[in-house]
Amino acid sequence: MENLIALLIAAPLLGAAVLLVGGRRLDAVGHWLGTLFAAVSFVIGLVLFADLLGKDAEDRTLTQHLFSWIPVEGFQADVAFHLDQLSMTFVLLITGVGSLIHLYSMGYMEHDERRRRFFGYLNLFLAAMLLLVLADNYLLLYVGWEGVGLASYLLIGFWQHKPSAATAAKKAFLVNRVGDVGLSIAIMLMFTTFGTFAFGPLLGTHEEPGVVTGASEATLTGIALMLLLAACGKSAQVPLQSWLGDAMEGPTPVSALIHAATMVTAGVYLIVRSAAIFNLAPDAQLVVTVVGAVTLLFGAIVGCAKDDIKKALAGSTMSQIGYMVLAAGLGPIGYVFAIMHLVTHGFFKAGLFLGAGSVMHGMNDEVDMRKYGGLRKYMPVTFITFGLGYLAIIGFPGLSGFFSKDKIIEAAFAKGGTEGWILGGCALLGAAITAYYMTRVMLMTFFGEERWKNQPTRSPEAPSAEPAAAQGGAAASGHAAAATGEPHPHESPKSMTIPMIVLAFGSVFAGGFFSIGDRFLHWLEPVTGHSHGHPPVSALTVTLATMVVLVIGVAVAYVQYGRRPVPVVAPRGSLLTRAARRDLLQDDFNHVVLVRGGEHLTRSLVYVDHTLVDGVVNGTAASVGGLSGRMRKLQNGYARSYAVSMFGGVAILIAATLLMRAV
Amino acid sequence: MNPVNYLYLAALLFTIGATGVLVRRNAIVVFMCIELMLNACNLALVAFSRMHGNLDGQIIAFFTMVVAAAEVVVGLAIIVSLFRSRHSASVDDASLMKL
Amino acid sequence: MSFPLLTATAVLPAIGAIATAAVPAARRDAAKVLALLFSLATLVLAIVVLVRFDPDGDRYQLTESRSWIAEFGVRYELGVDGIAVALIALTALLIPFIILAGWHDADPLETGNKRWRPTQGFFALILAVEAMVIISFEATDVFLFYIFFEAMLIPMYFLIGGFGDRAHQHGEETAATQRSYAAVKFLLYNLAGGLIMLAAVIGLYVVAGNFSLTEIAEARANGSLDMATNTERWLFLGFFLAFAVKAPLWPLHTWLPNAMGEATTPVAVLITAVVDKVGTFAMLRFCLQLFPEASKWATPAILVLALISIIYGALLAVGQRDIKRLVAYASISHFGFIIMGIFAMTSQGQSGATLYMVNHGISTAALMLVAGFLISRRGSRLIADYGGVQKVAPVLAGTFLIGGLATLSLPGLAPFVSEFLVLAGTFSRYPVIGIIATFGIVLAALYTLVLYQRTMTGPVKPEVAAMPDLRARELLVVAPLIAVLIFLGVYPKPVTDIVDPAVKQTLSDVHEKDPQPEVEAAK
Repeated sequence: MENLIALLIAAPLLGAAVLLVGGRRLDAVGHWLGTLFAAVSFVIGLVLFADLLGKDAEDRTLTQHLFSWIPVEGFQADVAFHLDQLSMTFVLLITGVGSLIHLYSMGYMEHDERRRRFFGYLNLFLAAMLLLVLADNYLLLYVGWEGVGLASYLLIGFWQHKPSAATAAKKAFLVNRVGDVGLSIAIMLMFTTFGTFAFGPLLGTHEEPGVVTGASEATLTGIALMLLLAACGKSAQVPLQSWLGDAMEGPTPVSALIHAATMVTAGVYLIVRSAAIFNLAPDAQLVVTVVGAVTLLFGAIVGCAKDDIKKALAGSTMSQIGYMVLAAGLGPIGYVFAIMHLVTHGFFKAGLFLGAGSVMHGMNDEVDMRKYGGLRKYMPVTFITFGLGYLAIIGFPGLSGFFSKDKIIEAAFAKGGTEGWILGGCALLGAAITAYYMTRVMLMTFFGEERWKNQPTRSPEAPSAEPAAAQGGAAASGHAAAATGEPHPHESPKSMTIPMIVLAFGSVFAGGFFSIGDRFLHWLEPVTGHSHGHPPVSALTVTLATMVVLVIGVAVAYVQYGRRPVPVVAPRGSLLTRAARRDLLQDDFNHVVLVRGGEHLTRSLVYVDHTLVDGVVNGTAASVGGLSGRMRKLQNGYARSYAVSMFGGVAILIAATLLMRAV
Repeated sequence: MNPVNYLYLAALLFTIGATGVLVRRNAIVVFMCIELMLNACNLALVAFSRMHGNLDGQIIAFFTMVVAAAEVVVGLAIIVSLFRSRHSASVDDASLMKL
Repeated sequence: MSFPLLTATAVLPAIGAIATAAVPAARRDAAKVLALLFSLATLVLAIVVLVRFDPDGDRYQLTESRSWIAEFGVRYELGVDGIAVALIALTALLIPFIILAGWHDADPLETGNKRWRPTQGFFALILAVEAMVIISFEATDVFLFYIFFEAMLIPMYFLIGGFGDRAHQHGEETAATQRSYAAVKFLLYNLAGGLIMLAAVIGLYVVAGNFSLTEIAEARANGSLDMATNTERWLFLGFFLAFAVKAPLWPLHTWLPNAMGEATTPVAVLITAVVDKVGTFAMLRFCLQLFPEASKWATPAILVLALISIIYGALLAVGQRDIKRLVAYASISHFGFIIMGIFAMTSQGQSGATLYMVNHGISTAALMLVAGFLISRRGSRLIADYGGVQKVAPVLAGTFLIGGLATLSLPGLAPFVSEFLVLAGTFSRYPVIGIIATFGIVLAALYTLVLYQRTMTGPVKPEVAAMPDLRARELLVVAPLIAVLIFLGVYPKPVTDIVDPAVKQTLSDVHEKDPQPEVEAAK
């Protein structure tokens, strides 16, 4: 059974290799092959899952040791896999949602001439992400970590003929690299302190604590903070969140799979996986909760102001991951709920993105929600699935988001003391804002007047957001009309709606299924540990409070966007709105300080290298040249002057000889 | 007569020759001054021969004469060809070695 | 006496050089094939060396020793340890690709002159460099090493000065001026370093009485050869300076961008991937073994210089407008990592540094050769002259991206392994330096991705619209290099197994132990 683990990764990796190396020959079948490899991986995942379920809760762990990777004296890194309940959860989420999104992409990317490559990249992503969650040491995890970064880079920049996409891809990779520095340093710290960075000996198990227990709190705090830095990069947490909004330049399936459901949650995985370290470093945990709380508000505020449907959802993703990070920072009372929210979020956010993709597909790739409106009539399936996802994310009672988010808010209050009140308050406020901006998205898109009528969705000059898909969408549904002009909203093909329906099922039922009898808790507890928190107010009060803020959020949004017509051109808005539209000025800060500053620095260094360092070299050469130029004047070509110097020389020699004799 | 006087005379002739080589520009004059220096050397050598009472000096003097004769042949040929090409016998005009 | 395998490995390319040079002018293609065959034969011999070498055996193996200049105790002594074996294999591996990549780079521009034979000269010189580099890796006699260390400047000078990059923006005349400037700069820089080293070599002879590395190192180790502290330090500096010029270490680096920019791409690869490695290799072999105490004394200063190289090289790479100069500055950054790894004095650092030399050779060759193919198509080295190449030549762009990803040390590709080892090895002894150096990986991503973005993505520029994709010959050059990069990234154990024992020996020479705690074998 253990040997299947490697196969789990090998299937999509093989797919990526075949599709990317195979060349144009495979253009016709590439998408089928890619989906097949993803599905194979999912099936293997299910088999392994069944195997784990058949075992006792305590020994649901499989390990597979493939070969020794980097053996240099004390530095021993192996290619070995570790499958436990935590990794299993991720494996199912990744391969399951991944397969659905492969299926969806078959329709979405139908007319893109580089479709084969797109599926190759998707497979590469699956392989890297599986490696990330299955690695049994931090260095191998790092390989998966950067591997998903690469896949993300390739996919964000998939339409690289657009400068904006290429820039967004580069930005994502660079910001992630800053986070990777954190992971590198964390691994080096582990290596220097403990001599190992493998999960087993380092983190230990419940019965046998690992070597981390022997270290000083300062060291552990250092390691934990570095891991947090890494998590911030990958999971788009403040202050490394700036790349996620731009990442929406990628094709929508990519936004759904990588930048909503799976990759961006890798940071949460990292923190929960390293629970043994964080548990011993309370200061670091506090920082984690603060980062989570700040991000969940930050993302929510940004999400309120965006008119681009994908960017609004991106803000929401940031905010929801903020919840998870907050929960992970709470320690054993939060780990399980962080992962539970991660899974339910995987369902509803992927569903929402696919819905957004479907809307764009029918609207000539318009992304501006101000140019939508009243679409529920034209796209019933999209409307219903999107609506269910919407209800799930705002935490409507009974749906997935309700169970997971409510628990996180509860756990935040249970942290105790002032911190608990502040964190819980933030989480509650976040829930209200979530309800507000999601209702806004819903109303602007599916309700209200049909603002797309009588106006072309985009002027011909404007760079097309997703031109390749635009062709695909138009042609697929028989509207071979030009990409500009009045849109003809229509429902998407089956290959796109089926994944949306499946994900909608997950959005509705996953939370309830997990929570009945605390199934999810019992499943994960052996890995992450769990302690019940005791909130200062009863759980029922928290739930009621959540409901109240939810209603307020929805109501405010309804008053603003449901009762009044939505202007097609965005109003100027308040100072806060304008700031939020610009991602709360974080990008501007980065631009002024890092980009401009960096440009000045490199330019002046180039100058210094040329004039100073090289100047010394050339100066030496020039002074030698100048000296010899002067000496050259002695060689004037007159035989007489040579004769003089000869006579003079002889005279001096004779004089010297005589003088020596005399002395 | 004291042979040292011959040496003084040789030194005087040599100096005259050397000065001529250094200050005159006409190639023929320079050439004759070189001859003068060579002959001054000859005179000194013969004087040494006389002073030391052996024939070494005289033998070397003969060598010098042969060399001087060979030099006249080559040197005059060079001067003539220089004069033909440049219509001048000034040594300063032949400064091809100068960059 | 058994078959002199090491001599044969070095002599074979030398014979090849002579044979190639002797090919008549009209048979240009025969000369190319001949050179390629000789380089492949050398590769075979190098593989034999690799196979015959026993990692667990003696420190120096396959040794040869003959008397040469008996009056001065100079001997013809060869021998290889694991580090040398790895680098010989790298050299022998890269030369065939360099020859293949430069297939048309030295074709005469006009065929009027029947006796004009630039092609023969070009390939003969490359083989000559190979011969000298290999023997430098093999020499265990300081004097013998010195001779070839210096002699390789001669063919390199002609390769840089005589065969310029044809992609030049300012016309042939400026190109010729810049080329000869670059060649002379290269020569003078390295000669200056070499002269100081010569003084140190003579000084070493005065102190030790012979030139044998093994004898002196042994005498140093068992205490029978004492050096005054100051003497040792001066001699160390004399050696180190020469190697630091060749490596190159900040601030002795300015010859590299000129030389790499002006030379043809294969020669640029030859410089940075092969010839420069002699410098870092010699630091490991000569500086540490002959002058252990002085090496430790100089370590802090050298680490700081290496750190400056890393950051400075990367920042300057970001600011370059010329593709080849960008790669040159990136190389300076990478050499900073190598030198840092050597002087961190940990087994991870030094193994990583050796591995880094191998990986950097391969990854730079991959990136630079693809860049050369790109440049030859457009006739310009300026980044701004490109754009959207990905659309017209996807395979070229793909291989360029992989080369770039290797340069930024993406995990899964070979350079990651070595870079992480160097960083971890440095961090375990000098945490602050390790942390600052780690930020080099962000800068590496910046210059690589900016280069890729500006040349390959975006709207297609009209000048590149008709650009053909990689040809079969070019793919034959790049594909194996990429395969090696991936293989060594996934499974570097074969190399580390060969290198490790040698590194252990070197570390025991300088009396250092790894600082991190031992872990019980149980897992």
